[in-house]
Amino acid sequence: MGAPARALPAGARLTPLLLARPRRALTLVERSVRVYKTKWIYIVSGFFEPLFYLLSINVGLSHLVGSVELGGHPVSYARFVAPGLLATSAMNGSILDTTYNFFFKLKIAKTFQSVIATPLGVADITFGEVGWAVVRGSIYSVGFLVVMAAFGLVTSPWAVLDLPATMLVALCFASLGIAASSYMRTWQDLSAVSLAVLPFFLFSGTFYPLSVYPHPVALVIGLTPLYQGVVLCRGLTNGIVDPGLLWHAALLVALSLAGLAIAARRLGRLLTP
Amino acid sequence: MSALSLPRRDRATPLWSRALFGLLVQYRRTWRSSVEMNFIYPVLYLSAMGIGLGGLVNRHLAASHAAALGGVSYLAFIAPGILASSAMQISTQEGTWPILGRFKWERTYLAMAQTPLRAKDILTGQLAFVALRQLMTSAVFVVMMWAFGALTSPEALVALPVGVLVGLAFATPCIAFTATQETDAGFPTIHRLIVIPLFLFSGSFFPITQLPRPLQLLAMATPLYHGVALARAATLGHLATSASVGHAGYLLALALFGALVARRTFERRLVR
Repeated sequence: MGAPARALPAGARLTPLLLARPRRALTLVERSVRVYKTKWIYIVSGFFEPLFYLLSINVGLSHLVGSVELGGHPVSYARFVAPGLLATSAMNGSILDTTYNFFFKLKIAKTFQSVIATPLGVADITFGEVGWAVVRGSIYSVGFLVVMAAFGLVTSPWAVLDLPATMLVALCFASLGIAASSYMRTWQDLSAVSLAVLPFFLFSGTFYPLSVYPHPVALVIGLTPLYQGVVLCRGLTNGIVDPGLLWHAALLVALSLAGLAIAARRLGRLLTP
Repeated sequence: MSALSLPRRDRATPLWSRALFGLLVQYRRTWRSSVEMNFIYPVLYLSAMGIGLGGLVNRHLAASHAAALGGVSYLAFIAPGILASSAMQISTQEGTWPILGRFKWERTYLAMAQTPLRAKDILTGQLAFVALRQLMTSAVFVVMMWAFGALTSPEALVALPVGVLVGLAFATPCIAFTATQETDAGFPTIHRLIVIPLFLFSGSFFPITQLPRPLQLLAMATPLYHGVALARAATLGHLATSASVGHAGYLLALALFGALVARRTFERRLVR
């Protein structure tokens, strides 16, 4: 049962991810697209949350905060916060499908038990699910970027790189989300997800610079995934670009790879006898 | 259902208290999953916005000699706002999925309706349950505010009933609506298009005088604005104004109106 007929490529014993076939993974993305065709309202309404936050900050908070220093220049608070909300929208877009919905498909609907009986393997499932989450995250990011531009909050041509940056954020949270959800046993365990996401949103430097924290706290937050996305988007959107941004991107890639490897390994255990 | 078959009513314990007791017995087994929404989230908001963002706000207002917040720290300004907003969020959450569950999935209400309890007893018991939960949450939050140093007056204890009042003002219309629903499809829309905008624009995070005039009037028409204003008057110690009476009256009227509608929708659903 399940032993592939062809020889395993070198390294496949290290991680099943290397057995992935892009076209097979894409069929799973297509499945998600078809599922959401009738439930598009869920996707559309998810876009409004960061939008309302941006409106509220633009009209209210920005007058209370004044300007914030960014890369040695004072920028308006709206220009400081908007990129943080952009990264957050990518996180929100990818985390729901890879935690609650993923758990539902894995444990309740047994979708993946059916999928594994087709030519798709655990690596294809991992990439297929993560791939869809990146698509959904990108939909939110593009929408939010358009709104930011309409508010005059995009000031640099570097901002075109916001899209790949937010895709990285979505990828990272999707892989970590699947990896974490594969360990969940009950719906109650899943409340850990919202318990993790809200602090990420509130404390990752989204609303104020890390300098307000004591040094050790700032060091820890400096390694969390949303913070990397916030810094990346903030630098790119405001055109304050330096090689240091590459470090944040690299950290996101590393976290994503770790998440993907754990996810594929766990799914292999859970789905193949 | 005829009155003939009902056992003689025990006057000492009203029927609704049995519905409340039933819900409390259930809650004893499920309270853990409500801890984060009721206690942890408000505290996270309080520390991130009040202390983190508050540092920036206080510095800016001090530098520009502005008294936009009426001379209090940002923490003291938003803490009552978060208290009222959490009351709204908890009530809209509690007034949707769990209520539909008691009609459709776990069918607790249907079981209750097989006993001498009438629809209005079940509803009253449910509302008492919401009020009790809200009282607990507000109490924990006021203690937190005290620990954060955001309290300036003993009048702050009035914030407890204010939390309950805001909770009921949102819970009753929600419950009335939920009793007419067959699926949970409409609930996320309530959350995203009503709750979040109210949370952000009803004066919790900034005075609504900063909004353009038409939006100001719109904000003042919403229940959360009155809840925030009343909670703020309590924690900052200037309750004794005619405005407070207006805020409380608005919330009370909404809670009563919601309860009356809920009574109709409960009866329509439970009494065949």
